[in-house]
Amino acid sequence: MLSRENSATLMTAVSAFLYMEARLQDEHQYEAWEALWTDDGIYWVPANGADIDPEKQMSIIYDNRSRIALRIKQLLTGKRHTQTPQSRLRRIVSNIELMGEHNGDIAVASNSMVFESSLRDDTIWAARNEYRLRYVDGELRMAYKKVTLVNNEKALFTLSFLI
Amino acid sequence: MNMVPRASHWDELIRPDRVHGSLYNDPAIFEAELQNIWYRTWVYVGHESEVPNANDYVAKSIGPQSIIMTRDEQGKINLLLNRCSHRGNQVCSYDKGNARSFTCPFHSWTFANDGRLVGYAFPDGYEGTDKAGLGLGQVTRVQSYRGFVFGSFAAEGPSLREHLGGAAETLDRLVRTSPEGEVEVTAGFLKHRVKANWKFILENECDGYHPAFVHSSIFGVADSAIGTLYGGKSTAVTRDYGNGHTEIDLRPEFRKRGQPLSWFGTNEARLPDYTSRMKAAYGDEQAREIMIDGTPHVMIFPNLFIAEIQMFVIQPLAADDSVQHVTALQFKGAPDMNRRLRQQTMGSVGPAGLLLADDSEMYERCHRGVLARGPEWIFLGRGERREGNDAEGFRIGHVTDEVPSRGIWRHYRSLMEAR
Repeated sequence: MLSRENSATLMTAVSAFLYMEARLQDEHQYEAWEALWTDDGIYWVPANGADIDPEKQMSIIYDNRSRIALRIKQLLTGKRHTQTPQSRLRRIVSNIELMGEHNGDIAVASNSMVFESSLRDDTIWAARNEYRLRYVDGELRMAYKKVTLVNNEKALFTLSFLI
Repeated sequence: MNMVPRASHWDELIRPDRVHGSLYNDPAIFEAELQNIWYRTWVYVGHESEVPNANDYVAKSIGPQSIIMTRDEQGKINLLLNRCSHRGNQVCSYDKGNARSFTCPFHSWTFANDGRLVGYAFPDGYEGTDKAGLGLGQVTRVQSYRGFVFGSFAAEGPSLREHLGGAAETLDRLVRTSPEGEVEVTAGFLKHRVKANWKFILENECDGYHPAFVHSSIFGVADSAIGTLYGGKSTAVTRDYGNGHTEIDLRPEFRKRGQPLSWFGTNEARLPDYTSRMKAAYGDEQAREIMIDGTPHVMIFPNLFIAEIQMFVIQPLAADDSVQHVTALQFKGAPDMNRRLRQQTMGSVGPAGLLLADDSEMYERCHRGVLARGPEWIFLGRGERREGNDAEGFRIGHVTDEVPSRGIWRHYRSLMEAR
């Protein structure tokens, strides 16, 4: 690991980061969540399996940094109807593992389960999450987040909150 | 719950400028639609480019029916029903693949990819049985236009070309946007489920009245020129081709701009490879016209929506349950354009799309809304008094007028009244 910290200390820092990210998402703190991204961030939610090529095949979300910003700007208008009123959310993040490094970034994996209550109904989402985290000015930041929904081969209801 | 009207009484629910709310939520009406529309008229199933090679197959649907679209050894496209002729087990459980035959896992009955029963386990118990009568079920008629494969369960009736009528020209216009004159469906589908009736989706596709409101959140923050196309001063038109096919024709606006590829929010300098291939294929003048006009925005009744850069396939599952299958259109011989088509499509559509998630929210709220007991009717009278005809004699109106909805319901009524 490139970090100066030993594994246990890094695990504590990474876990705290993931829990904070989860809370910001659950509570629709859009700008604070966006600030967690590095300038080269990639936010990817594949469709139809975990290993499609996002440059060739359709993904549910495949945002570069500028499209992440656009997504957040749209939510901030207050006229994103599918989030007006906002979904009520709570998610559990678990099975956090340090997965080595990826081009100098810290590779992390976790599982998550999200309970969404929206106008339509209550919906449960479950996912495998893969991150690449990086220290920027002493703070952990996300350079990559891939969310592989367990049921991403099926027809999915609208997913307009931050997963 | 309402009773399904007798054939002669659909006029009680469908009037020229309004339709009854029960048409969207009565399960008995949904069942009648399956029989009179989905299992009778021409329904889009898949695209030839999804099964490019002999023995390729892909899982498709007609409403709730699971369909296997295959290309057999001879290159012919078949639409097979996914049900073993023995005990009804599904013979195919994968989304796509390449297979000469499908073997049912229950008792090992094996079917060729043209549907013929070719063998079963322990054949000595079947002396005298005629295999020819025990093939897989098939969609009765299969016809293609410009690579788009349609199926009809009716043995007789109009040909696909007759069904498409004037709307066939929109598919001509679509494939012309490729330097090789072909569209390909190769980018995989997003599947977006909504708790809403399929006709809310159908009617919204050529509703030019909603974008300024449903999509204001994205028009306001993206550098998008789409908003003005659907404004009160727009010169774009809505069109009713008959047979339920409807269009929003944006060409008047694009021709006013007179800028090639403006329809796609870009320009020739940013897609140099595509531009040069188009000019080589069509000559400078015609290539310029094609690149100014752009691709169509057309809803082929009942389930194929070409939305300029992407295509949607509408699948009804129940009166209140529908799936939108959506993918980026890909133009053969246009790699730089195709990448942009995928990127734009991924941003716009599907469960997290910056546009379609809001449309889908409207579908679901409409579905819950029409459960209210009053005022009973959906009012579709916008622009009724200013309808006109184009040079071909098709009904047209302002881009925000409800010409498409009225056209859809006119055709719907004729199908439901048919015996």
